[in-house]
Amino acid sequence: MKAEGKAYKYGDNVDTDVIIPARYLAIQDREELATHCMEDIDKDFVKKIKKGDILVAGKNFGCGSSREHAPLVIKVSGISCVIAETFARIFYRNAINIGLPIIECREASERIDDTDEVEIDFDSGIIKNLTKNEEYKGQPFPEFMQKIIKAEGLVNYINSNN
Amino acid sequence: MSKPMTMTQKILASHAGLPYVEAGQLIEADLDLVLGNDITSPVAITEMGKMSRQSVFDKDKIALVMDHFTPNKDIKSAENCKCVREFAIRHEISNFYDVGEMGIEHALLPEKGLAVAGDAIIGADSHTCTYGALGAFSTGVGSTDMAAGMVTGKAWFKVPSAIKFNLTGKPSQWVSGKDVILHIIGMIGVDGALYKSMEFTGEGVKNLTMDDRFTIANMAIEAGGKNGIFPVDVLTEEYMKAHGSRPYKVYEADPDAVYDEEYTIDLSALKPTVAFPHLPENTHTVDEIKDPIKIDQAVIGSCTNGRIDDLRTAARVLKDKHVKKGVRCIVIPATQAIYLQAIEEGLVRTFIEAGAIVSTPTCGPCLGGHTGILASGEKCVSTTNRNFVGRMGAVDSEIYLASPAVAAASAIEGYICAPNQDQTIVQDKE
Repeated sequence: MKAEGKAYKYGDNVDTDVIIPARYLAIQDREELATHCMEDIDKDFVKKIKKGDILVAGKNFGCGSSREHAPLVIKVSGISCVIAETFARIFYRNAINIGLPIIECREASERIDDTDEVEIDFDSGIIKNLTKNEEYKGQPFPEFMQKIIKAEGLVNYINSNN
Repeated sequence: MSKPMTMTQKILASHAGLPYVEAGQLIEADLDLVLGNDITSPVAITEMGKMSRQSVFDKDKIALVMDHFTPNKDIKSAENCKCVREFAIRHEISNFYDVGEMGIEHALLPEKGLAVAGDAIIGADSHTCTYGALGAFSTGVGSTDMAAGMVTGKAWFKVPSAIKFNLTGKPSQWVSGKDVILHIIGMIGVDGALYKSMEFTGEGVKNLTMDDRFTIANMAIEAGGKNGIFPVDVLTEEYMKAHGSRPYKVYEADPDAVYDEEYTIDLSALKPTVAFPHLPENTHTVDEIKDPIKIDQAVIGSCTNGRIDDLRTAARVLKDKHVKKGVRCIVIPATQAIYLQAIEEGLVRTFIEAGAIVSTPTCGPCLGGHTGILASGEKCVSTTNRNFVGRMGAVDSEIYLASPAVAAASAIEGYICAPNQDQTIVQDKE
């Protein structure tokens, strides 16, 4: 499994309230919800990203609320992978459970700049920065989590295992 | 010879049917309770609709609490509650709490005896870690985990390592559980306990009320923790006996359990503490504040600080005083029972006479839902748990997290402060 796209970079502790503010949480339509993705941290986010682009952040990405709406709007808005130094644990679970690819890599989080072209191989955990011609080694998922991601989420995984 | 485990690891091992688990191990654990609210349950219900099995594992082990955008703030919120209500009827869910019976979930469940020591609980709400105060393993998850939990009665976990907080001494009169946890988050940071358990122990625990312990466990997530947990003592057992009849099981950490880090915190040395915008780790003691921080609003309530001890403290500060002109003071008892008790004890009269408003139980303003949204540039001192950008309203509004004592005193003075000496004499924390 691979992802390739342009990177958009944010800082440490990007919380779920800025990823999708609570004032929109009553919205059930996921496409409508995704039009507000990252609105409180970057109001142009939705306009500038293209399908396949990559979100890069620092430490503790997705901290705060358990709202699954957060990884969901990132996925629906077209982001193919989130790279961060670390993820908040509920966001990490939620991303796996809904099938949004994420990867932890400190070096990539530090080295990748806004608009760099990046390629990720999820099986090996290798992240290539095509703009800077650099390579970083991310943490590949344990086998169990890879199975959930390949099934595109926990629901499909449970369905195929019961 | 058995290998040592932390308190959390022992609960997880027992629920996974294993004699021993270690940090980093992936396990599947049986669940005693699966929780959802009016924001997360509709998403879980949709996800459950995609599953091949369409029945719940145990209608008595699911709790659905309509507390966030209720009483319904708009049509979409009303539709969400309707969806959950219909689901609860269809699956005969015993613990469905609608307006009239509902309270803020993390105050309500312990009060109803639905969470007890030794339980393994997941909830589609990040503050599910609150029940650690009772000696349970409980942690927040998302809606898909909730859906899987409702169907299978199980959840996957990576067994966490732990940080040990050895509490000593007795907090001084205006220092509460909120000041303890804000101090800890200020010390270790918002990711200081990432993926880990926060195990609170030591002789100082006995000097913390159950409500203090709920507040502390509640904010474990604000340090990135998977769960926060307290040992079970006389106070815990009295609380559980008074609130339910479910059998509970007491687990203790092995004396030689391994911790990533250990901290000793002298509760008697702590001072009233405030977290400045926009992270709970931006803590300052009130006496460090040099330039007065004028406030527009004070909120006293939430799953962190809407319990009876919190309201009693706020009422002690507000008694025979008045909220400063230009400040809105909003008091929200966390459950119907707490609300009624506050009426019977005369606390509601004190609040209203002081110029505060008292709302029906709701999460409301904490997450910028309703009942106290902030306008551009406004500042709020709040007993809630998060002060992120835009959390309570406008993107450029500001939230200062504090204890009920500090929020009440600040409402009177119009700027952030702690109760003064006169009030210290009046209060007698036994």
